[in-house]
Amino acid sequence: MKRKINLKNYPSKSGHFDAFGGVYVSETLIHPLRELFSAYKKYATSASFKKTLNSQLKDYVGRPTPIYYAESLSKELGSSHIYLKREDLNHTGAHKINNALGQALLAKKMGKTRIIAETGAGQHGVATATACARLNLKCVVYMGEEDINRQSVNVYRMKLLGAEVVSVNSGTKTLKDALNEALRDWVTNVDDTHYIIGSVAGPHPYPMIVRDFQSVIGYEARNQFKKEYKCLPDYLVACVGGGSNAIGLFHPFLNDKVKIVGVEAGGSGIKSGKHAAPLSAGSPGVLHGNRTYIMEDENGQIKNTHSISAGLDYPGVGPEHSWLKDLKRVEYTAVTDDEALDAFFTLTQKEGIIPALETAHALAYAFQLAKKLKNKKILLNLSGRGDKDIDTIAKLKNIKL
Amino acid sequence: MTSRIPNIFNKNKSKNKKTFISYLVCGDPTKDITLSAMHTMSKYGVDIIELGIPFTDPIADGPTIQKSIDRSLKNNTSLHDVISVVKEFRKENNDTAVVLMGYMNPVHKMGVAKFAKKINDTGIDGVLIVDSPPEESVILNKYLTKYKKSHIYLASPTTTDQRMKNISKMSSGYVYYVTIKGITGSQLSNVNSIRKNVNKIKKYSNNNLPVAVGFGIKDSSSAQKMAAFSDGIIIGSSIVELIHKYSNNEKKMNSKLSTYISSISNVI
Repeated sequence: MKRKINLKNYPSKSGHFDAFGGVYVSETLIHPLRELFSAYKKYATSASFKKTLNSQLKDYVGRPTPIYYAESLSKELGSSHIYLKREDLNHTGAHKINNALGQALLAKKMGKTRIIAETGAGQHGVATATACARLNLKCVVYMGEEDINRQSVNVYRMKLLGAEVVSVNSGTKTLKDALNEALRDWVTNVDDTHYIIGSVAGPHPYPMIVRDFQSVIGYEARNQFKKEYKCLPDYLVACVGGGSNAIGLFHPFLNDKVKIVGVEAGGSGIKSGKHAAPLSAGSPGVLHGNRTYIMEDENGQIKNTHSISAGLDYPGVGPEHSWLKDLKRVEYTAVTDDEALDAFFTLTQKEGIIPALETAHALAYAFQLAKKLKNKKILLNLSGRGDKDIDTIAKLKNIKL
Repeated sequence: MTSRIPNIFNKNKSKNKKTFISYLVCGDPTKDITLSAMHTMSKYGVDIIELGIPFTDPIADGPTIQKSIDRSLKNNTSLHDVISVVKEFRKENNDTAVVLMGYMNPVHKMGVAKFAKKINDTGIDGVLIVDSPPEESVILNKYLTKYKKSHIYLASPTTTDQRMKNISKMSSGYVYYVTIKGITGSQLSNVNSIRKNVNKIKKYSNNNLPVAVGFGIKDSSSAQKMAAFSDGIIIGSSIVELIHKYSNNEKKMNSKLSTYISSISNVI
């Protein structure tokens, strides 16, 4: 990729990133999506909205998040340097709050009184429930039955925050089906309800809105890095499920001379077929309102996914990532459950930071990179903290808490 | 051959009757039962059959049709299978129109050009892709126009006037007016506003395009109410439920289905 991307042109007016994205929804949702687009353009770009959001990001969320140089771990791995953008230090423990708060403020401006959201690992659900408690909005979170079982702490957090958590037991009982159910709720309650999608997926304008709210990560990181190290990093690394933390970090760097890598959930290994890596081993198709890389069978049915991490367990990916893959601007790769687990323990033990299992995928790849490369600066999005995964880890180690 | 749909609406109109459109999921519980139900429905008064292509993630459908789709997918019913059922159906029936209804991804996977050609070769009359509004359907529309097939689009209570104009311009065969904000199988609500919107679509349409209404019609009374101001009515969830209930006894299913279909057909 040599030519610069004119980022202002993407997505297009019709919501496309060239062949990806778009608005593949039933007619009833077209109007609310256009309303959302207009409201977003009107409010979110205004100085007063930005001022409100920025002040809440600062005082309520705790931004800017620091960049931490993992010095001892870097030295152990070789001559390269690993820097962590500490999104885990945000209020509620992950990057998800950047978007949830932005969209909740937007919903308030639009006069909506009820918020719905889908969640996989529960981080987006917790962030949304938090923003709703803060802004006095009614909140309903859809969550797959299987995810409810493996992320029970987050379920309780959402309930404490006043949200109703609806268990979804259709289909695969994970994030994909929670999204289906949230869309069904939205189509039924469009008048008073705003749907806060948690990732850069879904129909236009969601991939754009979520990207813009998450781009605070990349803008901050770019400034911080330049200020502190008088240069840009050589590599950016982030995990990709739907891809919101990744696009948030990547987007402000797309026209820089920086290598960018997105890491998908390789599950039991790409060859095993048991994974959640549509960019690494999928094909373009239409799911949840947009055209993007998906995991499908020969008849176009969506395949079951597998990942140790609930937040990455999704058969699609944000359309902008599909576009960046085909443009060859971003490289996408995958690491297995086991590699992610190793990285989870490594970071915990060497740096005293317990990462989310999602984030551990990015870490596993960054560690491989650091061993291979000489004297490179690798900036990784430490998208979330791992407290929510303690149960899963303990179970794997046969420890009863 | 060209789409049977315009003739069906014209013929019914001349007889002062409304067009009866039914929906069922292909392959629930088997392709044979689907075929059998299709024959029974046409025999007792259904004019157009919307045959559902199963898809793993049916975001516009309520629990009844979701479960039906799940049962069909347990037998791996594919788009190829759906087309083969129509091929069988056409061996004995050349009058009832068949519309394939479903979601974009199975069609995308087959390839739009190949899909349209198969539609044409099989004697299918039209296509309705729920999650592909006019803006995303340009290529499919081009092929369906080429083969003179009907391309049916949805209009809904949230559709703006300007959009209604465009939708009635883009549609062929009929416009499917969704009566409610919601998913299939929900309750019918405000009859007056439905009537108003149906009339609006008719006013905007410059080619006398019929408007059929669906979502929430369950029995003869709701069918009659909706038929009073539309050109046709669409029943889905109730038929899907009935087929499921009696599917282990084909004879009984056909007898129950014939009674139900007649009860609707007689009052519209």
